Amino acid sequence: MPAGAPPTGERRTGAHPHAEAREIVFDFLSGYDLLGAFWVTVQLTLLSAAGSLVWGTLLAGMRVGPVPLMRGFGTAYVNIVRNIPLTVIILFTSLGLNQTLGVGLGSENFDTINFRLAVLGLIAYTSAFVCEAIRSGINTVPVGQAEAARALGLSFTQVLTLVVLPQAFRSVVGPLTNVLIALTKNTTVAAAIGVAEAALLMKEMIENEAQLLLISAVFAFGFVCLTLPTGLILGWVGKKVAVKR
Amino acid sequence: MTEVSMAKEDVASTGDLVVLKSVNKHFGALHVLQDIDLTIARGEVVVVIGPSGSGKSTLCRTINRLETIDDGSISIDGKPLPHEGKELARLRADVGMVFQSFNLFAHKTVLENVTLGQVKVRRKDRKQAEERARTLLDRVGVGAQADKYPAQLSGGQQQRVAIARALAMEPKVMLFDEPTSALDPEMINEVLEVMQQLARDGMTMIVVTHEMGFARSAANRVVFMADGRIIEQAAPDQFFSNPRSDRAKDFLSKILHH
Ligand SMILES: Nc1ncnc2c1ncn2[C@@H]1O[C@H](COP(=O)(O)OP(=O)(O)OP(=O)(O)O)[C@@H](O)[C@H]1O
Ligand SMILES: [Mg+2]
Repeated sequence: MPAGAPPTGERRTGAHPHAEAREIVFDFLSGYDLLGAFWVTVQLTLLSAAGSLVWGTLLAGMRVGPVPLMRGFGTAYVNIVRNIPLTVIILFTSLGLNQTLGVGLGSENFDTINFRLAVLGLIAYTSAFVCEAIRSGINTVPVGQAEAARALGLSFTQVLTLVVLPQAFRSVVGPLTNVLIALTKNTTVAAAIGVAEAALLMKEMIENEAQLLLISAVFAFGFVCLTLPTGLILGWVGKKVAVKR
Repeated sequence: MTEVSMAKEDVASTGDLVVLKSVNKHFGALHVLQDIDLTIARGEVVVVIGPSGSGKSTLCRTINRLETIDDGSISIDGKPLPHEGKELARLRADVGMVFQSFNLFAHKTVLENVTLGQVKVRRKDRKQAEERARTLLDRVGVGAQADKYPAQLSGGQQQRVAIARALAMEPKVMLFDEPTSALDPEMINEVLEVMQQLARDGMTMIVVTHEMGFARSAANRVVFMADGRIIEQAAPDQFFSNPRSDRAKDFLSKILHH
């Protein structure tokens, strides 16, 4: 705001002397559902995180498993998917799956379909990174742990789920946090297929309002608000669950 | 000490428990096990000794198929070793194994270590399993540590928990691969004592060890290996006082004089 700009909030009687100033500065925000947009971002993040944790773990299980076909599939999946730009994957879910193949993911509503397609694309992409993080965690578990489990008569799946993965997860909370933070920011790509999350709103505001720098700052701040606590909390969790040997 | 002898309760079916016939195994070009013939009777305690690299660990590990074999046959309690899957898992549950490096599950408490196999493999209910686990932990003298994690225990305590974990499965035979080699000297005896008690209770045991005291007092037979072959086998007294092969004489002179 230029220093000499006339106060426009005179009519309103703010109890706090700075209330008016704040109102002027953030005037451009009125009429936009900022919280709503970030809520969509949070939903995209949480759903995709849950999905890619499951699918990524299954992929990691395949990659360390005894069945050559599954190992091959896991390896191929990871190497193909993580080398394709996310934008291409998200666009493919919309143009390829939805518009060409008619996949609607159980909905008729255009917005719901796009939201679900975005989650699907984000899961498909992120799980490749989750898989690799977990696989590196599996490598930190001494072979003796799995041997002792096998010697007790546990099956391959039991060895993996009861002994190896619980220890692997504990050692990769840090890398998985990085994946989660990247995912949070990657949800902005969903704007490409019209999902009304934060980045789409930002684009809209930039087109309509003058305060470009301020708009960017508000959105940057919004994302930091999401990711910074995530990093701090999970950093603490990681230390807490670490396996002592 | 009646529980351990459960392994022996089917004394009706006496005879050979573990039978290896012309077993061969290679690691690449290295012929680690060469025509191994070995029969272990029910209730017998066999100590395997030999120089480093002679194939003792590999022999131990083939008996529960942690290592596969190239040819020959291994059978346990009259049944040939299954190759994979559920059958193999079932057999492994009947063969207890104690490792040099303990290998307790690092993310589980001592009690959980001893109940895991009972619940997940033997399908016992948790309460029963915990009861048995506590009895076994008391027996090996670590009952007070039940709620600690392995890393909080000394090596000797960890190894005794590992023995309890194996016993919890009510195995027919116990394999020990250098169970005291990773221990500080003052902890060796507490583990050997547990093993000695187990031997007295009639457990069938195959023990790779360089503890000659244990071999003399607890073993029925000593098997001497070198370069992947069984060179000679005899009763402990006979083997230690009067070894027949030069390899054994040479080996004994090295380990007994220091
Ligand atoms: N997984 C493996 N891959 C390749 N070679 C191996 C493997 N395991 C063991 N060996 C080799 O096989 C030979 C026998 O090993 P093994 O561990 O059975 O000997 P050992 O008698 O137990 O020796 P030590 O007293 O040192 O424990 C050694 O030369 C070893 O290097
Ligand atoms: Mg060895």
